Amino acid sequence: MFALINFSYLTAAVFFILGIKGMTKPATAVRGNQLAAVGMLIAVVAALMHQQIISYATIIAGMILGGSIGVWLARRTAMTEMPELIASLNGIGGAASVTVALSTWLQASGAGTTGNAGWTAAILASVIIGSVTLTGSIIAVLKLRGTIGETGKPRLWQILTLVTLLAVIGGGFMFVSGVSVSPVTLFALVGLCLILGIGLVQPVGGADMPVVVALLNAYSGLAGAATGFVLENQGLIITGSLVGASGLILTAIMCKAMNRSLPTVLFGGAFKQPASAQGVAEDDFYAGKVKYATPDDLALLLDSARKVVMVPGYGLAVAQAQHAVKELASQLEARGAQVRYAIHPVAGRMPGHMNVLLAEAEIPYDQLKDMDSMNPELPQADVVIVLGANDVVNPAASEEPSSPIYGMPILNVHKAKTVVVVKRSLSPGFAGIPNSLFIRDNSLMIKGDAKDVL
Amino acid sequence: MDLFILSFTIFVLALFVGVELINKVPPTLHTPLMSGTNAISGVVIVGAIISAGSGGLSPGVASVLGFIAVTLASINIVAGFLVTDRMLNMFKRKA
Repeated sequence: MFALINFSYLTAAVFFILGIKGMTKPATAVRGNQLAAVGMLIAVVAALMHQQIISYATIIAGMILGGSIGVWLARRTAMTEMPELIASLNGIGGAASVTVALSTWLQASGAGTTGNAGWTAAILASVIIGSVTLTGSIIAVLKLRGTIGETGKPRLWQILTLVTLLAVIGGGFMFVSGVSVSPVTLFALVGLCLILGIGLVQPVGGADMPVVVALLNAYSGLAGAATGFVLENQGLIITGSLVGASGLILTAIMCKAMNRSLPTVLFGGAFKQPASAQGVAEDDFYAGKVKYATPDDLALLLDSARKVVMVPGYGLAVAQAQHAVKELASQLEARGAQVRYAIHPVAGRMPGHMNVLLAEAEIPYDQLKDMDSMNPELPQADVVIVLGANDVVNPAASEEPSSPIYGMPILNVHKAKTVVVVKRSLSPGFAGIPNSLFIRDNSLMIKGDAKDVL
Repeated sequence: MDLFILSFTIFVLALFVGVELINKVPPTLHTPLMSGTNAISGVVIVGAIISAGSGGLSPGVASVLGFIAVTLASINIVAGFLVTDRMLNMFKRKA
């Protein structure tokens, strides 16, 4: 029986790998997701066959309760709220790892069967990573919703983070080495790690949220792998490390797209130097140099355009303008114009955010281009419409070494023949930098909600 | 300790498999990838089920935690797979 159960876990892990492999192409992705779900079913059935299980009541109750909440969440969530949902699910995954580790440890210590140092370290790892993921995700969700803004006291958070980190290291060492092995120590560590999670994410700016969400995704996977070590279950280890690797790669991609190093994010924005105040006052920066246009001017421009590129940003998500974009694109295409979408890797609030929104509006995915393939084409574009994007099209990133975002790869929309920026206001993006694109000769500004303008 | 070293070997090798696989996923699918892997990380339900079901020795806190763990992991699995499916179907429609 033991061999059969472990064999089932391996089978489940193989299904997960095949599932993720399916996700490498849009055409096979649905099938890939279903394969992964089948793998999960196999794992659950295998777990139910364990001989240690003496009562099924709590298991079934938990599954029904969790399952219904899950269905409700998945049905109810709008596509624009996807970053919040994914961040929440990361947190829930982290919480699940913590509770599994705590429960397993309590049972083992009650029975006097706690394992060796490796096993205790694994318990500790799932507790630490899981708790940090939990509170980190809660803060990330609140930041994504705008419930809590940028912190005014980054220095205070840095100190708090450092102190809790030292306490966790000290307590963890005592726990693993056997100096202080008691439930009290373990629960105190959970408390400290919960604070640590808050301290790590709280000082991070809203623009860095795609990195944070991807990183928390990696953490939730690594917490799962640690649980695998706790249960001495290789299938779980394989699965957890797959998810961990996935999150880490996405984090690396996001970091590269923002020109920030992985360590600065790994050890939190907490240790980031606060950005120095901008020398140029915003009013002076824009004074008299921004050309405003009306939606009618845009219509005239588009009448004669052969090649139109849309650059969506977070503003598009806020305005829910994806369907309006699709309508405009259909009209343009009916007139024989070519429409493409240039998507910066960090546009929006999570990796691939814009792609999902545009797909919801039934825009074919082969028209969605990434930064590297689009930049050489931009100089040929007649009209570029920037929809609620800011920092990702700021020419300062490539032209002004003094700019805080200098070196960040951008979409070179300023090289196109005409740029139309649709935006609610002149206010800077999340990075807090005035955009020199807006004062270029070839750029026009239309103030307003992206949806209304289109 | 041998088992620990074996497990660790598997962990490191699986990380490499993960890196190879994920590098091939196009940016368009990054959001579904995240929600999909999220659902997969719900596999900790295996540990949750064992904890929740074997509450005989110290029934109190451990069983309650087991129940919470099963609930949380189920949310992760069900919401993760369903929402990924919803998103991916939007991509498929125009394929």
